[in-house]
Parts: sequence; structure tokens; C-alpha cells
Amino acid sequence: MKRVAILGATRGMGRSLARRFVERGDFVAVLGRGEDEVKRSVADLEARGVPGTRVIGVACDLEKPESFKPALEEVEQRLDGLDTVVVTAGAFATQEQLERDPSLAAKVLTLDFANTVLFCEEARKKLLMRGGGTLCAFSSVAGDRGRSPIIMYGAAKAGLSAYLEGLDHKYRKEGLVTVCVKPGFVRTGMTEGLKAPPFAGEPEAVADVVIAGIDDGTPVVYAPPIWRAVMTAIKAMPRFVMRRVKF
Amino acid sequence: MTDSRIEGWGRTSVVGQELSFDNLEQSPPVLFRGLGRSYGDSSLPPSANPVVVNTTRANRMLAFDSATGTLRAEAGLSLLDLHRTLLPRGWFVPVTPGTQFVTLGGAVAADVHGKNHHVDGCFGSHVRRLKMRVADGRVVECGPDLERELFLATVGGMGLTGQILEVEFPMVRIPTPWIWQESERVGDIDEYIEKLKESSAKFPMTVGWIDCLTPGKHMGRGILMKGRWAHSHEAPSKFPSEPPNLRFPIEAPEWLLNPLSIKAFNFGFYWKHLQKKREGIVDPFSYFWPLDFVKDWNRMYGRRGFTQYQCVLPNEAGPGAARRFLEVLTKRGGASFLCVIKDCGAESPAFLSFPKPGISVALDIAIRNDTQSLIDDLNEHVLKEGGRIYLAKDTFTRPEHFRAMEEKRLPKFLAAREKWDPQHRFRSAQSVRLFGDAP
Ligand SMILES: Cc1cc2nc3c(=O)[nH]c(=O)nc-3n(C[C@H](O)[C@H](O)[C@H](O)COP(=O)(O)OP(=O)(O)OC[C@H]3O[C@@H](n4cnc5c(N)ncnc54)[C@H](O)[C@@H]3O)c2cc1C
Ligand SMILES: NC(=O)c1ccc[n+]([C@@H]2O[C@H](COP(=O)([O-])OP(=O)(O)OC[C@H]3O[C@@H](n4cnc5c(N)ncnc54)[C@H](OP(=O)(O)O)[C@@H]3O)[C@@H](O)[C@H]2O)c1
Repeated sequence: MKRVAILGATRGMGRSLARRFVERGDFVAVLGRGEDEVKRSVADLEARGVPGTRVIGVACDLEKPESFKPALEEVEQRLDGLDTVVVTAGAFATQEQLERDPSLAAKVLTLDFANTVLFCEEARKKLLMRGGGTLCAFSSVAGDRGRSPIIMYGAAKAGLSAYLEGLDHKYRKEGLVTVCVKPGFVRTGMTEGLKAPPFAGEPEAVADVVIAGIDDGTPVVYAPPIWRAVMTAIKAMPRFVMRRVKF
Repeated sequence: MTDSRIEGWGRTSVVGQELSFDNLEQSPPVLFRGLGRSYGDSSLPPSANPVVVNTTRANRMLAFDSATGTLRAEAGLSLLDLHRTLLPRGWFVPVTPGTQFVTLGGAVAADVHGKNHHVDGCFGSHVRRLKMRVADGRVVECGPDLERELFLATVGGMGLTGQILEVEFPMVRIPTPWIWQESERVGDIDEYIEKLKESSAKFPMTVGWIDCLTPGKHMGRGILMKGRWAHSHEAPSKFPSEPPNLRFPIEAPEWLLNPLSIKAFNFGFYWKHLQKKREGIVDPFSYFWPLDFVKDWNRMYGRRGFTQYQCVLPNEAGPGAARRFLEVLTKRGGASFLCVIKDCGAESPAFLSFPKPGISVALDIAIRNDTQSLIDDLNEHVLKEGGRIYLAKDTFTRPEHFRAMEEKRLPKFLAAREKWDPQHRFRSAQSVRLFGDAP
């Protein structure tokens, strides 16, 4: 049985993943910024969880790094422990929007890179102090290669992926397992209104892949899995081809 | 965002935008749609403002009382999702349609009925509270004892009175997740109807299928199925496994369904039931939702799609109503894959709820050039018998037929709608066709 804290469990892939955890009896803490949303998600997980499952809600805002440490401490106390921390929270905007609006760009870069790393740092310290555990963060296939439609978002995710890889190299032997999830296009609120490419995934299916990755301690999880092959091909493409193609 | 094709289950479509929201209260004041399992144009937007809001991301349970079964949930929650969680714990919805791919909002808006209609009524009769967002943007709660007029107009109101955000109703305790079923082969339509009424007195669930192609002496021969929840001493102790998913692989060519292939299907279905009577334990998936085994089965009907015609022939029409209906149908040569006949119990006070005491007849009809005139003929006949049609299935009914069928109830519905949505913000392709809304 795991004791899991999830930042981003109110919607999208985080919601689906949280459901998978409680459906098999793991304890879950929903970390989020909106009190009402957190409350509703806690209620959902309570109703879905197998009898005996514990679910709690804890305030935590990815825009407020000062909220990270107290949130994880509260989880540890109220769930009598903590061994798995997941972060799916993040922000997205199209390259056009980011080029037009520097303050939006600052926000996306800060949330998806700097603040996510800071949150992971708090989780790292907490888990190491407890003797180890699993840290799972959602990066993106967008971080695997610089691509013209997702330059800035991709750059933030590339930074996050590099950070997570480094952590894994340094701390796995001390018991801290790092899982970097790289979703391809998944139909959630984040991608609403964007044209879905082939192999677009659903959050429920992603959750199945991710929970298996967390159980096995897989360092890099592509979800849906087909994206591993897609990204291998994209990474192999010479620059002169990448300059011409639109993705 | 670019426009795309939005389809009803029968593949009738319009070009427009289907928007999704995590938080439904942030959506624009337009028609809601769930899983799009209504067959016709009920969940399609009007042409002048072709925007609908898909609710399926609002799928959280908000409270479940495991002592009483009372559930409150967001309107986009599907029965499939709900049963995956609660069926293993011994809870079932009070009413289920023939598919689990429906949302709670869709179940309320169409006031769906199931095999237990003759004892338990429609879904809406079990609803205690709805949380809605109405045309002026206010969020209101309604129920049988609160804002009753809004409630009665919304249940069965096909999304035209406002947006259902949350639904509260009791789940039902079941003794086991298995069904005791008895089925029998019946020789003609009159015998079928007689046996159906007889079974309803004894069984909480009844339904049946008839062959509506064979004319003459054997017209309306069929298979009648009755069931009840199995007791623990008769049922397997394990939980029934969900069937594997198949998918109808392609869009079928139009010739696939022709009078001959349909006849062969009907013949096969009838004679597959070799013994006159059968009984035994069956799993709930094949009992309640056999069509859910094959995803996208609507592609079987090809590009032009199909329509379902469902009407209720009231008890007042007297004996022989089913036979008279079949005569009209066979005279028109209207070939149907499936013709489902079920008896209905008491009428709901909801203004536009479909069932009333009598029998319901449902046919799937592949769309051909003469479909409009076939539906016109059936509607003329049903009108004479004092019956009415089910909006959740309809694509072809003319407004004059609809108005005549709903002469008594329609004014109450329209008055409530005038009060809650005078500008008809919530309108559908269907309401433009049948209620005379501006496109
Ligand atoms: C295989 C199959 C078997 C079926 N068997 C039965 C049966 O046995 N009995 C029966 O009664 N029906 C049956 N149906 C019909 C189906 O139950 C109804 O059409 C139901 O409304 C579909 O739900 P949905 O979520 O797909 O709604 P949609 O088809 O998306 O919408 C249906 C209507 O509900 C409205 N609506 C949906 N959500 C909301 C909301 N949140 N707020 C306001 N309005 C809303 C829409 O505007 C639309 O008018 C069957 C359908 C299929 C495909
Ligand atoms: N969807 C895709 O195609 C895709 C592809 C690649 C990578 N990803 C990455 O996968 C992750 C999950 O994406 P998703 O599609 O599931 O997203 P989503 O549906 O938009 O959900 C985002 C979640 O993050 C939370 N969140 C956002 N900002 C927050 C903040 N400041 N503080 C606390 N919580 C915050 C949201 O909570 P609220 O309810 O409070 O808003 C919500 O629960 C993201 O990191 C995303 O970048 C997604």
C-alpha cells in the first residue's frame, strides 16, 4: 500500500491516476490550489476508493513555492507517512501565445520548469529523509527535441526532463526512484481546442501506463507508449529536415 | 477552433463545434451533450449557432452514502464508470437503458426507461435533486419538491430548459450482480402481447424481440425475456467479468443491410432459440447492455446511417394495437434489424417524459430515400391510436405530428421553458425542427 501525494489530481491525467491509486487501496493526498476543486476531487476519490482507503485534500499552489514544504509536511502527518510524490500540475500555451505575451511566457517557463523543480526538491528531501520513495513528475515529449510549434513549452519540459534524469543518476542508489513521464498528445482540458494528431491518448489509458511505471520504477515512461517510437524517429531527423517539417 | 462534424448515434450530423470543459459552469449558455447516444438530432446544435458543450469531463462523484445508496455526481459521469465502481459493491442504478454509454445528464434529459419500467418507472422518477445552470446564468437546485416546474420540464426536456450540472439519486441494493432469466419463443404478435402482460405481473424486468418481417399467420413471432436479480444461493459466487471489447472495423457499404440479410438475421435470431423455453443465470453485461460488446456498431449502417423509431401505443388503443402497427409496417416493407417490444407502466408527471401505460415499439431503420415517408405513415398511424414518439430516438418526425401527439402536455412544457429560457438559448437541431425554434 502506498501513501501518495499528487499535485494536479483535480483534473486531467492526475485525476485519472489518483483514481487508479484509490481503486486498489492506496492512500492519496490531493494537493491543489482551489479549495472547492480539491474538495470535489477528494469526494470523488473517497467514493471510488476501496473501503479503508484514505483520501485527504491539502492546499498547495505551483505558483507559490513557499506552499510546497508545508503541504508535503501536512500530507506526511495526516497520512501517517509518505512514499510517493507525483506532480502533474503544469501550464500550457501555444508558441504563438507565448511569443505575443512575455508575461504569459514567464509564467509557463516558471511553472513548468523552475517551480516544478523546486517542488521536486522539497519532495526529494522529504522522501530521502524518510529513507526513500518514488518521485514521479510529468514532463513531455515536447522536451525531447526543439520543435517549432512548441519552442518555449518544450524548452521548459526539456529542462525538467534533464533535472529528473540527473536526480535519478544521483539518488537511485539512496532509495529515491525518479520516474519521468513523457506524455504525447492526450485529450484533456490542457489540449482542448487543439487539433488532435494521430495516436492521441485518453487520460485513463495514460494512468494505467504511469501507475505501472511507478510500481516498476521505470525512469522514463512514454504515454501512450507508441510515443517512444515516434520520438526516436523525430530525434533521429537531421536539422535540415526539422527546419522544413511543421512539427 | 475549427469546425467538425458532430453526429448523433444514428449518424445524422451537423457541422459545428463541440467544446469540452472541466468546469461546466465556465461554459457558454448553449445546449449540453453527453455521450451522444441519442439516435437523432437531440444532442446536435442549431445551425445558426452551431456550438454544443460536451459534459463528459465533468465526471466526479461528489457524495456516496454507502448506508442508503444516495449518490450525488457531476452530470457527465457515465453509467459505465459508475457501475465499474459500484456494481462490485452491490449497487445498481435504479433504471438503466440498453447501453452504459450514457451520462447522468443524458439519462435525466431523456428521462430514460429500462426493462423495469412497468414497476420502477423512468430514471427521472428516482431523481431527488438537480443542480442546474439556467439561461440567465443563475445556478439553481430543483427537485420533485423544489422548483418543481423547472424539474418537471427538465426531466425528459432534452436539454431545452438549462444545463444540468449535478444529479442526485439513490442507487439500488442488489442481492447479487447476476440475473435469473427466463425466455420463451412466442408464435405471433397477439400471443406475444398477452404473454408480455402476464410476465409483467410476475417479473420486475421484461422485454422482448419480435420478427417484424414475416407477414400473415406468424406475424410478430418473437422471443420474450423476463428477469430478476438472482439470489445468492442460485448465483455464482464470483463477480461476472466484463466482456472483451470488439469494434465494428469499418464503415459498412450500404448494401450490407438489405431485405434479404435482415430477413436472415430475424430468422436466425428466432430459431437460435431452439427450445420453446429456457431459463438460467446470465451476467448483467449481456443481459442489460448486449450492444455495448461491439464499439461503433452504428457503422454497420454505412455512411447514410439509420434512425430508430420508437413509439408507445397506449392501453386505450385497445387490443390488437401492436398487430395493427405491424400491419402498417409490413405493408410498407419497412425492414428492421431489431424490433423491441416492451410494456410500459405509469406515466411520469414530467411534462415530456416518453412512456405511458401501454406498449413501446422500437425499430432500427437504415436511412433510405423513402425513410421520411415511412416515418410519416407510422406517425399518422400512431397518432390515430393515441400514441406518441420518443424524442431521444427521433430524426424525421414532422412538427405537426409531434404537436398533435403532445397536444395536452406541450403547453405546460412550453410555459416552463418560456419562464426559464425565454430567448431559447438552449436549443438543438431537434428543437428547431419540432418546436419551431429559430435556427
Ligand atoms: C444502444 C442503445 C440503447 C439504448 N437503449 C435505451 C433504452 O433502453 N431506454 C431509453 O430510454 N433510451 C435508450 N437509449 C437512448 C439513450 O439512453 C438516450 O438517448 C440518452 O439520453 C443518451 O445519453 P447521452 O449521455 O449519450 O446523451 P446525449 O445523446 O449526448 O444527449 C441526449 C439529450 O440529453 C441532453 N443532455 C445531455 N446531457 C445534458 C445535461 N448535462 N444537461 C442538460 N441536457 C443534457 C442533450 O441536450 C440531448 O437533448 C439507447 C441508446 C443506445 C445507443
Ligand atoms: N495533455 C497533454 O497532451 C500533455 C502532453 C504532454 C505533457 N503534458 C503534461 O502533463 C501534465 C498534466 O497535463 P494534463 O493534460 O493532465 O493537464 P490538465 O488537465 O490541464 O490538469 C492540470 C492539473 O494541474 C493543476 N494545476 C495547474 N496549475 C496549478 C497550480 N498553479 N497549482 C496547483 N495545481 C495546478 C490543475 O489544477 P486546477 O484544477 O486547480 O486547475 C489540474 O489538476 C502537465 O504537466 C502537462 O504539461 C500534457
